[in-house]
Amino acid sequence: MGEVESVGLLEQKHSRRTFIKGVVAAGATVASANYMLNGTSVLGAAAVQSQTERMITLNVNGQQRRVDVLPNETLAMTLRYKLNLTGTKLGCDRAECGACTLLIDGVNQYGCSILTHSVRGREVTTVEGLEDPDTGELSLVQQAVMDEGGFQCAFCAPGFIMSMTALIEQNPNPTRAEAAHALSGNLCRCADYDKILNCAMRAGELAQNA
Amino acid sequence: MAIVKDMIPAFDLVQPASIGDALEILADNGEEAWVLAGGLDSFDWFKDRVKRPSIVVDLGGISDLSGISDAGPGGIEIGSMTSLTEVVNHPRVQSEYPLLAEAAEHVATPQIRNQGTLGGNVAQDTRCWYYRSGWPCYRAGGNTCYAGAPEAMNREHAIMGRSRCVAVNPSDTAPALIALDAKMIVEDTGGPNTFDAEDFFIGPSIDIERMTVMKRDNLLTRIYIPPFWANASHYYEKVRDRGSWDFSLVSVAAAFQMSGSTIEDARIAVNGVAPYPVRLDAVESLVRGTSGDEATQDAAGDLAVEGAVALKYNDYKIPMMRNLVRRAVRSVA
Ligand SMILES: Cc1cc2nc3c(=O)[nH]c(=O)nc-3n(C[C@H](O)[C@H](O)[C@H](O)COP(=O)(O)OP(=O)(O)OC[C@H]3O[C@@H](n4cnc5c(N)ncnc54)[C@H](O)[C@@H]3O)c2cc1C
Ligand code: SF4
Ligand code: FES
Ligand code: FES
Repeated sequence: MGEVESVGLLEQKHSRRTFIKGVVAAGATVASANYMLNGTSVLGAAAVQSQTERMITLNVNGQQRRVDVLPNETLAMTLRYKLNLTGTKLGCDRAECGACTLLIDGVNQYGCSILTHSVRGREVTTVEGLEDPDTGELSLVQQAVMDEGGFQCAFCAPGFIMSMTALIEQNPNPTRAEAAHALSGNLCRCADYDKILNCAMRAGELAQNA
Repeated sequence: MAIVKDMIPAFDLVQPASIGDALEILADNGEEAWVLAGGLDSFDWFKDRVKRPSIVVDLGGISDLSGISDAGPGGIEIGSMTSLTEVVNHPRVQSEYPLLAEAAEHVATPQIRNQGTLGGNVAQDTRCWYYRSGWPCYRAGGNTCYAGAPEAMNREHAIMGRSRCVAVNPSDTAPALIALDAKMIVEDTGGPNTFDAEDFFIGPSIDIERMTVMKRDNLLTRIYIPPFWANASHYYEKVRDRGSWDFSLVSVAAAFQMSGSTIEDARIAVNGVAPYPVRLDAVESLVRGTSGDEATQDAAGDLAVEGAVALKYNDYKIPMMRNLVRRAVRSVA
């Protein structure tokens, strides 16, 4: 039988009961079958288990970070409000703007629309993690943005920079149309798209010379 | 409705590692439980406080559900948790079933395709905003339809297949899967059941509260694409307001078996026009044995929209659907 992990907020009596039932059914061990018969001790045991599992280790920007995460918490919330990594912006909180874009195992995704518990054991990279940790040297994409002065207010910049980073990793020599397609999940409310695409093209140049 | 940007309301999260465990948890928890794949449909519901499950069953840890493999004689099998990006980039999907790759590439944005799954894409709920905003309409278990009222805002709604509910199916991959005659493998604790893609999606006359045959304790585990339509001539087109993010206004997916310049067989499906993706059987019969010449294209377009009736703000969908079907046939002429 496979392992069932539970990370529960067990304040709600009703959900507590059904939840336990679910775990028991899935675990289907002799021990848990016994627990079913001893209602109260079950709740105690599972509650302890759930609470300890809220403490998880996240791999963020190459560091192992211990953090207490609720089951219903998004990655953007954990990063901004618990790990103080505020480079990941929250615009819409609905997968509709791209301000929260970050990398999970190198793939660009929306931090507002994924549960933190879903990324345990995976590598999370935010805009803070792009520069060289020892020398502070900017990444190719960050340097390209500096060279081109690509943004106005720059609220959208971290998200765009993360999508550009994923793009240049996969396709170090994109055409302008390919860059536009790759960046089509990010919006800029200052509508600075031309200059943003110049940045992507500049990043491509830097990647060719690297 | 105000957009809430706060914590998602509390739920218990269960992360089973096997299909069997997930099915048992679902069977035991009935209406309390919610299946979570990529979450891009689910989180909107939770954040807007419209659906509030107390147990969320995250399929992300079940490795048996993801990946694309060779299956049977020729076909391929796609795990329901395979991301849309993986579908788009898979070499066999690209070379043998480019219709599916194109359809998946037209979904939303790169970030959404990187996380959204093929299973979630076909299982997603309608985007009718009255319903999504929490209005107590038929689909939500109430006793009226707000979008069908004479003065309602219904530019994106259905022109056919309506039955009290006038919402449309939002999935871009759905019509491609119907055109490729895909089989959907749905499991519950009793075992697997296989549905033709066209029967997997259901309209409100069958059940007004569901978009597919799946009940709360069911899992879509795999999608099988048989070899028959591999390497077929194909046509896909999606019309939307913006080139990214937006759902289809109307989309068409078609596959043709050609013998010289004659259409030997065809399968054509349209989405964005009804509460379920519509297979155009009559149009398929009409084009079979023809060369897809201009007269056939026109007849196909006209037949496709026969019986379509506009609501107040969506009459444009009738000529749009007619034209997309014409273009699909023209693509092989
Ligand atoms: C801003 C935005 C724009 C979008 N634009 C488009 C678009 O243009 N075209 C398009 O096609 N889609 C679009 N989508 C929808 C997006 O593609 C889907 O939300 C996504 O594919 C759903 O997949 P998911 O894996 O994220 O599913 P989830 O949100 O996790 O699940 C969706 C639904 O399916 C159920 N479910 C998921 N997997 C299974 C399974 N294996 N078995 C049983 N039930 C299951 C869930 O319980 C839930 O009800 C958009 C979404 C957003 C947020
Ligand atoms: S169209 Fe369907 S989902 Fe929308 S308000 Fe009417 S009944 Fe509800
Ligand atoms: S905040 Fe995540 S996409 Fe807008
Ligand atoms: S520069 Fe202001 S939002 Fe993009």
